[in-house]
Amino acid sequence: MQWTELIVFSALFLLVTVMGFLAARWQKGDTLEHLDEWGLGGRKFGSWITWFLVGGDLYTAYTFVAVPALMFGAGALGFYALPYTVILYPLVFLPLVRMWSVSRVHGYVTPADFVKGRYGSHWLALIIAVTGIVATMPYIALQLVGLEAVLRSMGLNGSGILGHLPLFIAFLILALYTYQSGLRAPALIAFVKDILIYLVILVAIIYLPAKFGGWGEIFSDAQAKFDATPSKADGTLLTGTNQLQYATLALGSALALFLYPHSLTGILASRGRNVIKRNMVALPAYSLLLGLLALLGLVAISAGTKPIVNQATGRPDTNTIVPELFGANFPSWFAGIAFAAIGIGALVPAAIMSIAAANLWTRNVYKEYIKKSASPAEEAKQAKLASLVVKFGAVAFIVFVDPQFSIDLQLIGGVMILQTLPAVAIALYTRWFHVYGLVAGWVGGMGYGMWLLYNIGNPAIGKSHFAGSALPLGNISIFGWHPFGTSTTQIYVGMVALFVNLLVAVVVTLIANKAKWFNGTDQTDPSDYHVDEDNPRVKPVAAH
Amino acid sequence: MPSDHKTGLRWSNWNLLLILPLLMLITPWFNKSEPSVFGLPFFYWYQFLFVPLGVLCVGIVYVKTKDEPVATGKPDKLGVDDLDEGAN
Repeated sequence: MQWTELIVFSALFLLVTVMGFLAARWQKGDTLEHLDEWGLGGRKFGSWITWFLVGGDLYTAYTFVAVPALMFGAGALGFYALPYTVILYPLVFLPLVRMWSVSRVHGYVTPADFVKGRYGSHWLALIIAVTGIVATMPYIALQLVGLEAVLRSMGLNGSGILGHLPLFIAFLILALYTYQSGLRAPALIAFVKDILIYLVILVAIIYLPAKFGGWGEIFSDAQAKFDATPSKADGTLLTGTNQLQYATLALGSALALFLYPHSLTGILASRGRNVIKRNMVALPAYSLLLGLLALLGLVAISAGTKPIVNQATGRPDTNTIVPELFGANFPSWFAGIAFAAIGIGALVPAAIMSIAAANLWTRNVYKEYIKKSASPAEEAKQAKLASLVVKFGAVAFIVFVDPQFSIDLQLIGGVMILQTLPAVAIALYTRWFHVYGLVAGWVGGMGYGMWLLYNIGNPAIGKSHFAGSALPLGNISIFGWHPFGTSTTQIYVGMVALFVNLLVAVVVTLIANKAKWFNGTDQTDPSDYHVDEDNPRVKPVAAH
Repeated sequence: MPSDHKTGLRWSNWNLLLILPLLMLITPWFNKSEPSVFGLPFFYWYQFLFVPLGVLCVGIVYVKTKDEPVATGKPDKLGVDDLDEGAN
């Protein structure tokens, strides 16, 4: 047991717990009994709060442990996280302000609310909502993987169910203050999380490379390690076959990120269009941090860091690489701060994700199908309960199911959420797609994407299904015809599935237009997409 | 309100700058070790350069388009100190 680390960690954990409970009173509205307040923090966050909140939401604990772990294991491919988070902001800059405006005029809380308003179809909205919930659940579970990696590095590495007890306690506390304070809790805690993360990474990136002989030394150590492995896909540079995979993975991930309901929650909680625009300029500060952090995966190779064996599963867990690197090379008190940064880094996104999933459940399932007459207060109550269910579902996932399953599911989740792009993102610009086209495209893209993922195996780790998201082009076949021959060039499955989705959507739309099928009623007006905060047409916050 | 006319799209040529960071996805341009800087291979520091480039592109688009009329908006002229004004 590493007492100094544990004490520093516990002290900081206690601090954010107190903040989490007090957050309910921070910038209080008239009532917490409304989704605008509980689920979106009163829709009034300014630029600084939004920067910390969205930064804390997108750059999660799992990202902070998994990206270096991927660099440690595969080398250059893991660096896709940098292009992913650089091209992200120019891509979403224009669509996000449109989404904010239209949501503000009509009081939308979730992306599925927008789809329902745009196409007048609660069935299409249901598909989007369910996709969002299913894609978010394993993502929450993965935050627990990040938290547990830290707890196990501090010596809380028990076996069996009891080994998960510290995790369970941490999550119980999180669940309680999220229940009470809603989105205000992660918004307030995000300040602590992000300041700690910046501090730790900046110190690590200056101190550690110097300690191990500088970057030249580190890269030659890493190259020597990759050369010694039988795999040809790893190395400090990309190989001939994984360059397309690198580019499409970065692009696909960037397109997918703001389709996740929790990312949009942070955006809809902001006060106005200019808050969002300023954040699109300022958020890449986190990308720089993530790029530097990724390099720590290579530093760990030089440092000879060994992943610790997870006693609950009996396998070495590469996600412990960064905690182990910090633990072995920093004084105990600073390692404690570093562990707290990652641990609290898990709480912020987990809270926002559970709120986003709860909002989807409440608005697009409960109110739509179970209790149509639900008042705003009943909606808030339902969402609070749903957030508890979602969190304990995620804990159950980690405790009772192999964590590897969550990692597989998150991989699948990324491909799934990308299939909502036509209905959510393209619909912001045009209603050209017919509602039947969108549904058919979703079915086609989802089905094909899942089938492709199912068939990706990796004999090296003894898995024959769901072993990754890299698909050799030669494996793509259209009824037995291989358009790319036997090419071994790899591509990200999500982009292939999205292509199929769009293709099906276009074809079905053309048919539907020809047959003059009814295309739903559009509740939105073209001018809604440009409304700003001081417009009289914005819907009052938390109006009953 | 003159800006409330029925157009769904507003276009500014400045928006084209948002495409520039996508050049980062052309991996053959930078998938090499040399020249290295402080021991960092070209592959890594070249991609780091895209962080400020991306910020610059988005920043220019923001500054150049913020005075365009949105559906009733006073132009955005807040100073840094006022960023969170009204949020309390």
